[in-house]
Amino acid sequence: MTPAMSPLSRRGFLTGGALVVSFALAPRAFAQLAGGGEGGAGPAVVAPDLKGSLKSSPWLDAWIRIDADGRATVFTGKVELGQGIRTALLQVAAEELDIPSAAVTLVTADTERTPDEGLTAGSHSMQDSGTAIQNAAANVRMLLAADAARSWGIPAEQVTTGGDGRLRAPDGRTLSYGEVAERLSLHVQAVPDAPLRRPADYRTLGRALPRVDIPAKLTGGAAYLHDMRLPGMLHARVVRGPSAGTGLQSPDLDTVARMPGVVKIVRQGGFLAVVAERQWTAIQVLRHLQRASYARTTLPPLPADGSGDAVAATLKALPTRDIPIMDTSDPAGPAVHSVKARYTRPWISHGSIGPSCAIAQYVDGTMTVWTHSQGTFDVRRVVAELVGLPPEKVHAIHAEGAGCYGQNGADDVAADAAVIARALPGRPIRLQWMREQEFGWEPLGPGMMTELEAELGADNRIVSWRHAVWSNPHNNRPVGAGGVLAGNEADPPFPAPEGKPIPMPEGDGSRNSNPLYSFANTHVVYHFLKDMPARVSALRSLGAHLNVFSIESMLDELAAAAGIDPLAIRLDHMRDERARDVMQAAADRFGWSKRPKGDGRRGCGMAFARYKNLGAYCAVAMEVEIDRETGRTMVRRAVAAVDCGQPANPDGVRNQIEGALVQSLSWTGHEAVRFAADRRASFDWSSYPILRFDDVPGSVEVVVMDRPGAPFLGTAEAAQGPSAAALANAIADATGVRLRDMPLSPDRLKAALGPV
Amino acid sequence: MTVTITVNGADHALDVDPATPLLYVLRDDLELNGAKYGCGLGQCGACTVHIDGKPAFSCLTPVGAVAGRRIRTVEGLGSTQAPGLLQQAFETEQAAQCGYCIAGMLMRAQALLDRNPDPDEAQIRAHMQTNLCRCGTHMRILRAIRRAVAMHKGIQAAQEVRP
Amino acid sequence: MKRIRWTGWLTGGALVCFVGVGAFLGIAHRSSLPAITPPKAADFPAEMLSRGAALAAIGDCIVCHTADGGVAYAGGRALATPFGTLYSTNITPDPETGIGNWSKEAFKRAMRDGVSRDGRHLYPALPYDHYRQVHDGDLDAIYAFLMTRPAASAPAKANELIFPLGFRPLLAGWKLLFLHQEEFTPRPDRDAEWNRGAYLAEGLGHCSGCHSPRNIAGAEKTGSDAYSGGVAEGWVAPALNGSGPAAVPWTSDSLFTYLRTGVDGRHGAAAGPMGPVVHGLSRAPEADVHAIATYIASLSADRVPKAPGAADRVAEAARTNPAGASLFAGACAGCHEGGAPMMTQGRPGLSTVTALQLDRPDNAIRAILQGIHAPTGPAGPAMPPFAASLTDAQVADLAAYLRSRFSERPAWTALETAAATVRKEESQP
Repeated sequence: MTPAMSPLSRRGFLTGGALVVSFALAPRAFAQLAGGGEGGAGPAVVAPDLKGSLKSSPWLDAWIRIDADGRATVFTGKVELGQGIRTALLQVAAEELDIPSAAVTLVTADTERTPDEGLTAGSHSMQDSGTAIQNAAANVRMLLAADAARSWGIPAEQVTTGGDGRLRAPDGRTLSYGEVAERLSLHVQAVPDAPLRRPADYRTLGRALPRVDIPAKLTGGAAYLHDMRLPGMLHARVVRGPSAGTGLQSPDLDTVARMPGVVKIVRQGGFLAVVAERQWTAIQVLRHLQRASYARTTLPPLPADGSGDAVAATLKALPTRDIPIMDTSDPAGPAVHSVKARYTRPWISHGSIGPSCAIAQYVDGTMTVWTHSQGTFDVRRVVAELVGLPPEKVHAIHAEGAGCYGQNGADDVAADAAVIARALPGRPIRLQWMREQEFGWEPLGPGMMTELEAELGADNRIVSWRHAVWSNPHNNRPVGAGGVLAGNEADPPFPAPEGKPIPMPEGDGSRNSNPLYSFANTHVVYHFLKDMPARVSALRSLGAHLNVFSIESMLDELAAAAGIDPLAIRLDHMRDERARDVMQAAADRFGWSKRPKGDGRRGCGMAFARYKNLGAYCAVAMEVEIDRETGRTMVRRAVAAVDCGQPANPDGVRNQIEGALVQSLSWTGHEAVRFAADRRASFDWSSYPILRFDDVPGSVEVVVMDRPGAPFLGTAEAAQGPSAAALANAIADATGVRLRDMPLSPDRLKAALGPV
Repeated sequence: MTVTITVNGADHALDVDPATPLLYVLRDDLELNGAKYGCGLGQCGACTVHIDGKPAFSCLTPVGAVAGRRIRTVEGLGSTQAPGLLQQAFETEQAAQCGYCIAGMLMRAQALLDRNPDPDEAQIRAHMQTNLCRCGTHMRILRAIRRAVAMHKGIQAAQEVRP
Repeated sequence: MKRIRWTGWLTGGALVCFVGVGAFLGIAHRSSLPAITPPKAADFPAEMLSRGAALAAIGDCIVCHTADGGVAYAGGRALATPFGTLYSTNITPDPETGIGNWSKEAFKRAMRDGVSRDGRHLYPALPYDHYRQVHDGDLDAIYAFLMTRPAASAPAKANELIFPLGFRPLLAGWKLLFLHQEEFTPRPDRDAEWNRGAYLAEGLGHCSGCHSPRNIAGAEKTGSDAYSGGVAEGWVAPALNGSGPAAVPWTSDSLFTYLRTGVDGRHGAAAGPMGPVVHGLSRAPEADVHAIATYIASLSADRVPKAPGAADRVAEAARTNPAGASLFAGACAGCHEGGAPMMTQGRPGLSTVTALQLDRPDNAIRAILQGIHAPTGPAGPAMPPFAASLTDAQVADLAAYLRSRFSERPAWTALETAAATVRKEESQP
């Protein structure tokens, strides 16, 4: 809790020993579309001249407060998802305040404490929050220096800092930050031009600081929401059919109501949950109720199972809204080589290792919800509408969960817990989904397809490029009760809102469909499919996974047709210097020019993308070895190069890129949600296998480009598309077989290779 | 019914249904956070603990079945202040992203090192096969295990040269 | 991992060999066949190669002839037996260490007579008693397939057999007695699919190698005893002639599903040495697997089904085996109790799982202690092992509970000893 946060004067002054910071949050955009960080509408912009999330929360004391002993508390509306953002933001704050990182405490998204920065998604956290904290900290340091200068009667520019939390005058006099902060209000709006520290002077930023959250995770510390134990806490399980779009018929409530240890059965409309003193009791009750037969409750047929043709048939049967993405006309010579191809991706599960969890408590008319959703402020909006409370009576607090990689069950489980807590006031309710519920009910990453047609002229330049992509909306993140399962199950139900595309330049299904390369006569169209055969929403990198896979596969198909080097065809069509640099850096580290030639078993491939054409640049090269008997692909080694602007923490960047590369190999090489006629048939790790240790690469190396002081570009999703395409390209180089339908599984490769 | 179990060297007498999976007893009764609920099916390894020195899925182990047997959790490997060797290696390699799988990874790997202090790469990978990671931290986990092997050898070598 | 079923022949084979050693030495000698220059892929028509690939999958050559994590067909898999360890050999076309300089004739002699190119007798771990039944053209296709695999240099590892079984001429005696099978001839009273299935099952598939009992000399029993059940690596290989205890009769459809996917909703999952068989069949031509299923189903067609149907005596079992019931609730119910996701998704319920209906508890105990490895790859049915979490006494309680709840048949006995035996075997290197 935050005792120091309570009543504040309008001017934000209080004397409690230190500079206290009022709650100077900008007017929030309740009832607006959320999706900040996902390319949708974020919190309202009130200060367009400022950078990052300062645009919507310009008051310095919303971001930073400094107490009497000089420690800084820094507030961010972003959240730790295992991506290391907590450490990176600490480093940003410490650097610009010029204090040791140990003197910074970071508070992540909390509707009563931190700015609303929209979602923690879209690799936006460094761009939004990193930039905001960087500039806010620079403003604070500037104000501290100015105040010290006034007290010393010297010009402000003569005041210096030394990284130790003290301000220095040229004559040797010093003041601690705490002393100055005591008399200084930070309830002022940031200015856009507060001087930033020079990269050459960096003490903390750009260093591989060990992540602050890791020690607890290695030793059984209380690291996750799942680990919270509140006094009097009860355990709940929500009871549903096997997967989204099904409902249980006549669950045996009579028997379970009599089971010892059961506190309450909550049934409201189609919503059903059990609350027990012990977790094990709740699980046993859940299992008993799940014995009931189930029926499919929604009408659209589930996606067809299996092949790329099936994915394509499912998508092409849906009505489309065609959105032009890019159209250019250029004079160009005649085509010498022409390639046309279709690429597909099936529905993919987020597959968080820890099923989603939430704790909710309803006391004295206020609902408190601890959530690991990527949209803490959206959870407040959703819960408020769902349980009929004004938003200010809902307090949503982020606590870390297992990695989510998009919208998994986190938002739904938070809403579920709130409904239960509202029905059982007083005691905290801890609700965790079961593994099969996470697989069965979370929104999946949408199935997609593309059709590309490209032509290469005699000078090895691309003379025309067509790219069409079919996709459901990727951003069905809940902003109201209709966006969560409990809302759909309420009586009367809150209807699920119609899916909307995210406009370019960020895009959703269209993300990265606009090539960064300079191709003549480029035509890109997004066939937006609003009707969703399966419940879907954001999965890490959205449409970029398939769009980059398609573009980068097509480039290799053209290169192969013309007999050109894959790196050369890319460099020949790329004007962006930073893009060229990462490609060259990856190629150099990989030894691209001396790579072994494809020999039927071994081969090499590369791919590149700049995420959203706005974010980080990433190139990936890899060498594979194929077991032709089994079709198994082993990645012997992989090299990635990434330019994410100034890296806040190079090891954090490496960790993210390594992870994204390996995860993308799993998606691309192994994964597809299975469907039966009336349900999702992927319900555990044997029906949805992911990469295990025997299939991970021999080695992964990440080159982090040094871009001192360059704006933050984000990192987390940059490797998803390039890794997928590099894999397909390496397989093609090794075997001559081009796989265009994900997953590029052993069975498919073996079938394509034939028996010889 | 009272069940007495020995966890990280300490005895605990608990009034609990002996069918309750050990996982929930560790988490809810003993308030140990290390073992995690991942699947409840013995497929992901997030709940891995040691029973009499062998790695086991605590989600599928009835607590009544382990009365009187030695149970070790990641808390038994070391603490933030005094981390065990394998934990140090994971810290040095920064071998975690979301970290939800990591306690299980540590226990799984520790069981290998207890049995074979010098495993080769293939043995490490084969042994770790039972545990899932979704963030793609595998390369770092492997590096951390290799580092622990090297650290162990270093300690041994140091002990050997000591008079 | 031991993946082959051949403990039987050695038990009796040793006996016979000792008796006849002197007499057979005279006929034991086989000549060496000339080495050839390895053929090239272009020497074989594509159709022959793809047929060879499919046949090799049904014969599951790759399983025994590939070490864990090793190069395909390069041999080196340890085949543990009570008499020591055999190592499979390199059947890639490497001229030095594989079969690269074997002529087609030498290959076929090995497959039919169990004699290496250099004239040495091969152990009947290679089921040449079955391969004799394979048509010449199919052996040619398998030869073509193997000779076009990538060559890998992998010298044979020395077998570690107890004295005097390392003396190969002894094998001539075994062959004299038991190696009389002839090439398969179709039965005119059966249709083409049945005959195809019979040919594959009796020949390359060598199903009766595990599913028939063996005589004192380690050779398969025939006639009315054929397919009446056997033992493989300690697992009971249930009878396929209808004399087995399946709760629900097998049909050719359920056999097909089982052979193709490793699991059938009313009989259970392929475990132990059946796993690799399913692995091969999951990749074999679908029509061939249908044919095998048709043939195997016909073996029990004449019997009146005595299948008892599904049992689930939950209350009685809990009363008689409360300790087992508690273990089941904590260790098994998450998958196998009603309302568990696996049940909702149509995986087999324990009421009809054959392992709980067999006269012997071995398969149930092995599955509990060792688990089930997904036979068709990571997406197949799997079960975690419980060796670390349950003691032998607990395994016994649990097995007794399972038997009393899910079967009408007599209770199993000596369960704790059986569990201890399996565990001891498992803990050996």
